[in-house]
Amino acid sequence: MKKITLLLSLLLCMPVLANDIVVKDGESIQAAVNKAVNGDVILVQPGTYRESVYIDKDNITLRGVVVEGEWPVMEGDHKLNDAILYSGNNVTVEWLKIMHYKGNAIMGQSGNNYVIRNNWIVDTGVYGIFPQYGKNGLIEYNVLSGIEDAAIYVGMCDNVDVKHNEVFDSVAGIEIENTRHALVENNYAHNNTAGILVFITPGLPIKTAYDIIVRNNFVVNNNTPNFGAPGSIVSKVPVGVGMVVMAADDVKIEGNIITGNQTAGIVITDLAFVTDVASDTESEPNPDNIQILDNLMFNNGADPVAEVKAAMLTKFKTTGPDILANVGSAQEPDNCILNAERYTSFGIGKWSKCDITTTADVKTYLLPADAAPREIETDADRVARLYKGICAGCHAYNLRMIGPPAMAIQAQYYDNPQGIADYLANPVKKRPDFPPMPSQGHLSEELRLKVAEYMLCLSPKKLEAVAATQGQVAKCEKPSN
Amino acid sequence: MRCWLVVLSLCCAAAWADDWRLKTVCPPGFVSDSGVCRFSSLYSDYPSLQDAGMGGLKVGLPTPRDGFTAQQIDLGRLLFFDPMLSGDGSVSCASCHQPDKGFTDGRALSRGIHGQTAERSAPSLWNVGFLQTLFWDARASSLEQQLLGPLYAEHEMGNTPEQLLASLRGNPIYTDLFKQAFGDKGLTLDTIYTALAAFEASLISLNSRYDLYAHGFHEVLSEPEIEGMNIFRSFVARCGECHTPPLFTNQQLAVLGTPEPAGRPLDIGAEGPTGDRSLRGGFKVPTLRNIELTAPYMHSGRFKTLRETVEFYTKGRGHAVPEGEHLSIHWHIWDPKLTDTELDRLVDFLKTLTDQSFMPVIPERVPSGLSVADALDHSETVESTPVAMGDSP
Ligand code: HEC
Ligand code: HEC
Ligand code: HEC
Repeated sequence: MKKITLLLSLLLCMPVLANDIVVKDGESIQAAVNKAVNGDVILVQPGTYRESVYIDKDNITLRGVVVEGEWPVMEGDHKLNDAILYSGNNVTVEWLKIMHYKGNAIMGQSGNNYVIRNNWIVDTGVYGIFPQYGKNGLIEYNVLSGIEDAAIYVGMCDNVDVKHNEVFDSVAGIEIENTRHALVENNYAHNNTAGILVFITPGLPIKTAYDIIVRNNFVVNNNTPNFGAPGSIVSKVPVGVGMVVMAADDVKIEGNIITGNQTAGIVITDLAFVTDVASDTESEPNPDNIQILDNLMFNNGADPVAEVKAAMLTKFKTTGPDILANVGSAQEPDNCILNAERYTSFGIGKWSKCDITTTADVKTYLLPADAAPREIETDADRVARLYKGICAGCHAYNLRMIGPPAMAIQAQYYDNPQGIADYLANPVKKRPDFPPMPSQGHLSEELRLKVAEYMLCLSPKKLEAVAATQGQVAKCEKPSN
Repeated sequence: MRCWLVVLSLCCAAAWADDWRLKTVCPPGFVSDSGVCRFSSLYSDYPSLQDAGMGGLKVGLPTPRDGFTAQQIDLGRLLFFDPMLSGDGSVSCASCHQPDKGFTDGRALSRGIHGQTAERSAPSLWNVGFLQTLFWDARASSLEQQLLGPLYAEHEMGNTPEQLLASLRGNPIYTDLFKQAFGDKGLTLDTIYTALAAFEASLISLNSRYDLYAHGFHEVLSEPEIEGMNIFRSFVARCGECHTPPLFTNQQLAVLGTPEPAGRPLDIGAEGPTGDRSLRGGFKVPTLRNIELTAPYMHSGRFKTLRETVEFYTKGRGHAVPEGEHLSIHWHIWDPKLTDTELDRLVDFLKTLTDQSFMPVIPERVPSGLSVADALDHSETVESTPVAMGDSP
């Protein structure tokens, strides 16, 4: 017991030092991630790595080391699922070449404050870069091609900048979906089926997309036949569209060069655009307050898809427009444009003139401070959280709940944490007037001992501290004997 | 208090009304706060994007139904297990939602009174207090609204509001217990529904081995289980896109096109209550917590094992849609080409979601004096009669 206490207090006092962990050709990146702790940087040397890497820790940087043009390559051989999957906060992934995975190259599930940059992603499955449920992210200087859905897909996120990326030979170049506060700037989207999509997709649990700026991008020659998987949403996108805004609100489009897209330059539409998808009454279908400021557009619509051709024929034209406001609400005057006369267009007759001329006041949508910072967890915090989350549900300090009060247990086990640890693994029925206690055998031996130790040094004072700090649990430095 | 109850029932079989005391301590997973029980878990400390209550590992939950008193929850427990709630005193809620089967009944299609068959399989009730919509087709939007279905469906519990109220009011123990739980409000249809909802919302299962992993105790999952987790959340299998943690449901409707048992027509699912053709065959994404315990699977109970269920997803988009039917199948249902080993790993992972540590205690006896155990065995023992297609609200 003394030893453990010492160890715990050592852990508490030790400053956490960030380390570099080097991974060489032939070694495993995952092994390095497993070793890594908060703040560590994993340096991946040139070589070929055939693995899927998952990062369920906070504040880890995965950085490729490029030497004289030799990249570290993650190779999926069309067999492995995703290359990198992270859920931790403050994860950075950079300087990796990723090829031939079946799923995504880099996928985030709820990590905040992510940075994904300088990656080179080729012919990789469904999405190239796909942060989901993340707040505050930066995606920049990535080059992606050959993706059968969206090369960069920001899905259900808040506060994201997507800048300076090149996306090509994919079905969709960049897709911003059910996301708020996004800046898509200075990207080069060419030779995709469609260049840049800003969508509300129905049927997702987060329903809105608004406050999005698409500016200063090159959106050129997006005429690649659609090779999206049957049934996927993007498989329903017509070939040859520079930009599509579907159902999203407060989207500003400024300073883009949009040329050579054979169906249309920009399409604004409601949800009717995608067909044969289950409807969702909670998804507001109309594109509201779309603002098209000055953009450079020409040579769009040379060979439009049949539906667009038919629409244009009503205006005695056979080519598609620079700007197409699809039926219904897309044509309403809450949408606006500057210098409408410069463009060939369809359906914007009722649009108003925008009262702003530039979005320059918005430099970034990243948050000034990191989103939702979490206390760096020490080992002792984890144990305290475990006790609070699991044991405290049944054991109060000095009052009988489902189980006997911790105070009574302290009296019984004061010098014997090991006894508790053993009991946790195999709780036998002891008290006739209590129900049986569920086994905690799934906790490792070490954890059981730590949590036992924790229970033994609980005191009312500590519990008050717990309540006062709302779950930031006080440390248990001293055993009760 | 429950334990007291147990002791009493052992020593003196004929108890008087005033022997019944409702528990004053909140159930596990809840802390007492100004007289009511508030949900508390490790997840309560985490944020979630747009407060959606889902996303990844360390992510907050949707807003729970809490704020009931310990007494209300405890009264709901007695009601839940009491067959007096059914028309003929043979069926309790627990007949179809049995604690030892993850609050399901082990049957493809549930059996109600007189052995009549329900149209769908009984879903688990663990964590049901977090759900915004209820029933497979999402047709109810609160627990109180949901329970009108089974109580008054002719082929489930076959009761009527008048009879329910009359029988409970005719029982002095219940009138006293409702006074304990609701004070002056006493025993009304509303307080019956509130008590049942309070109990249902107390069924918390968030302390599985998976949860320990999520909270940062990575050593609790084995290699094959972690492999399974990674397949689960991969963009090849995409399970996590719909069965999103921490609840393992994103609470949306999705059209999968799962097969019906031989001889049964296509269940139109959410097209029924909405009348929306594009939702034909759409069902609410079910939670996967305690899924190991709730066979058979899917709305129709068509699949007997988890392995078969998981295999459904790799047999091709729309492979089970009946000839001549068109369903707007969800875009995440595709052709992931999962290998046999991957399917095995997925099953390994699903089994890490088992946690019954906050199992409520089955009452030894209920105020009506009817047998809790017989009602629990109801669906085993009752003779089956031909399918009755009643219309539950
Ligand atoms: C679901 C409720 C529940 C949870 C969760 C729970 N316990 Fe218990 N615990 C009980 C009950 C009930 C008893 C009394 C069992 C008996 O005496 O038969 C008990 C007894 C104990 C005892 C006394 C053993 C003895 O020899 O008398 C210890 C120590 C203990 N629990 C520790 C813990 C710790 C540590 C945790 C968290 C890892 C925990 N419990 C989680 C309900 C619970
Ligand atoms: C005859 C068997 C049967 C009885 C008795 C029964 N249920 Fe159910 N329960 C079902 C079935 C079957 C469903 C699914 C029906 C559907 O979706 O159409 C269901 C669904 C539910 C749901 C929805 C869960 C979800 O995830 O959507 C809840 C909650 C529920 N029951 C609670 C109760 C309560 C409370 C009682 C007692 C008042 C009760 N049930 C009695 C069979 C039963
Ligand atoms: C498009 C959303 C979606 C995806 C993706 C998805 N599921 Fe489901 N899942 C559902 C729906 C909806 C149901 C209920 C369908 C029914 O009853 O017909 C379901 C049912 C289940 C069930 C049975 C639940 C029960 O209580 O009977 C299991 C097990 C399951 N899914 C596992 C998985 C696994 C494993 C994957 C990944 C291979 C997966 N699901 C992918 C939506 C999805």
